Amino acid sequence: MSIDKDKIKHVSKLARISVDEKKIDDLTKDLSSIFKFIEQLNELNTDKVEPLSSILNEPLRSRKDEINDGKIRDKILENSPKKNEEFFVVPKVIE
Amino acid sequence: MADLTKKSLTEIVSLIKKKEIKSEEVTNLFIKNIENDKKLNSFITNCNEHAVKKAKKFDKNPKLDTLLPGIPIAVKDLFCTEGVKTTAGSKMLDNFIPNYESTITKNLWNEGAFLLGKLNCDEYAMGSSNETSFFGNVINPVAENTVPGGSSGGSASALAADLTPATIGTDTGGSIRQPASFTGTVGLKPTYGLCSRWGIVAFASSLDQAGPMTKTVEDCALMLEAMAGFDEKDSTSINKKKENYSKNLTNNIKGLKIGIPKEYRVDGMPKEIDKLWENGKKILKESGAEIIDISLPNTKYALPTYYIVAPAEASSNLARYDGVKYGFRSNKGTNLIEMYENTRSEGFGDEVKRRILIGTYVLSSGYYDAYYIKAQKVRQLIKNDFDESFKKVDAILTPSTPSAAFKIGEKKNDPISMYLNDIFTVPVNLAGIPAISIPAGTDNNNYPLGLQLIGKTLDEQKLLNIAFAVEKKINFKQNLNRWWEK
Repeated sequence: MSIDKDKIKHVSKLARISVDEKKIDDLTKDLSSIFKFIEQLNELNTDKVEPLSSILNEPLRSRKDEINDGKIRDKILENSPKKNEEFFVVPKVIE
Repeated sequence: MADLTKKSLTEIVSLIKKKEIKSEEVTNLFIKNIENDKKLNSFITNCNEHAVKKAKKFDKNPKLDTLLPGIPIAVKDLFCTEGVKTTAGSKMLDNFIPNYESTITKNLWNEGAFLLGKLNCDEYAMGSSNETSFFGNVINPVAENTVPGGSSGGSASALAADLTPATIGTDTGGSIRQPASFTGTVGLKPTYGLCSRWGIVAFASSLDQAGPMTKTVEDCALMLEAMAGFDEKDSTSINKKKENYSKNLTNNIKGLKIGIPKEYRVDGMPKEIDKLWENGKKILKESGAEIIDISLPNTKYALPTYYIVAPAEASSNLARYDGVKYGFRSNKGTNLIEMYENTRSEGFGDEVKRRILIGTYVLSSGYYDAYYIKAQKVRQLIKNDFDESFKKVDAILTPSTPSAAFKIGEKKNDPISMYLNDIFTVPVNLAGIPAISIPAGTDNNNYPLGLQLIGKTLDEQKLLNIAFAVEKKINFKQNLNRWWEK
């Protein structure tokens, strides 16, 4: 599987990271060598192997769905890059 | 007591318990070392005033029946600390002040310790040399212009330079053991699920595990005892009784079987590493252990597997950094999507972006089976290799790293050669088992090298005992001339 500029542009769109045109050649080179490295796995026949789903021997616990903290709205808002009273502010999304 | 900061954590705890020294004196001596350091760049945030206040409070009414009474501890800046900036080494979190405390740091504070500062690390713990931090390279106290390893490089550097009596790091693919090896210190990655992940900035959640970094194996047992424990806030936390690792520590390892995996001998490995490995075997034999040759046939596939699984999980975990609720926000862009794209492009560094892109790609439609499912299958094979070996042996002895510390910039432009640093540490994370690195000697530059002991799930006590026995006989002495103070 080869990595080219178009694939990188597609993936960066999916990842919501804008990629600088000037850096795209270097990135293509780096990612190509990394994918060549990870594609070593194709040497192994894994047809009869079940993919690992958890390294714990026990199933994940569930807990009761109940509120045990909260009432920290103002504290949480203190970290927001932009707020208006008790709201997070983002660029306009509807006209 | 001029060289108190050189003492082990265990010795300092004992002096405080015997009331021969006050917490405030201890704290001030470490602060003096921190202030004298002009070059290492191991701290992102200093908490000197906070620490002195806590020490004074402790001395007024010392509670001595705890594991870490009146001990100041600096921690990797990946652990959320209430009211104290937590950056994960990233511009993205340069202004982030958590309103909660991670379980692991809370456990330390409950045992009498208090925060001395937040330590530099690779951005989001992605790196093996501490060169990816937004806050600059950390330097290894072993030699100028040398990397301390990563990602817990600030932790390793501060510990080796006597800027903190002990510390904690996180290990996703070797991020505790590799820097420990590079700086001549002890580092343990516990069994996945032994130490809570709650409140640690997430990198790859099925691999991330917090662990102690200390000057001695005894200190390591003490710190692990303080850190470990069930936490209902972490759904992968193992519910088991607490163990007294430090009280039960013994160097009697007679009759234990130690495996030597032939796949851990790689091309181009310095001769000294082979020598240390042989010496480790000899010491174990002298201590009454039995050496058994074993095979872990899928070892060479561990690193390629890791570079699918870890970026996949990272791309998902780091999706939360969107510039809305906390962290950095770019002011470029005219709509919401552009705001996201610019925030993530400007807020993340190159290595983090690279890994998010790899992860997004291997999880994307049409590639998921070929990469992600394939990697999870090979991960099962790697785990099976260990399971089979542990039917025959109690622990496995390997080198910690394929080389000693390297120069800053030496591997920065070649991601694969950087990734190869973790060739001996990554398999352990994939299998979720514990491993410890202890200093074992030096290379021809006089840079430290470590030996790694790998154990069964939840077999930390045995692992610590073996490490304790080996440490005693190796008797590694670090003699640094404190050049960073000039």
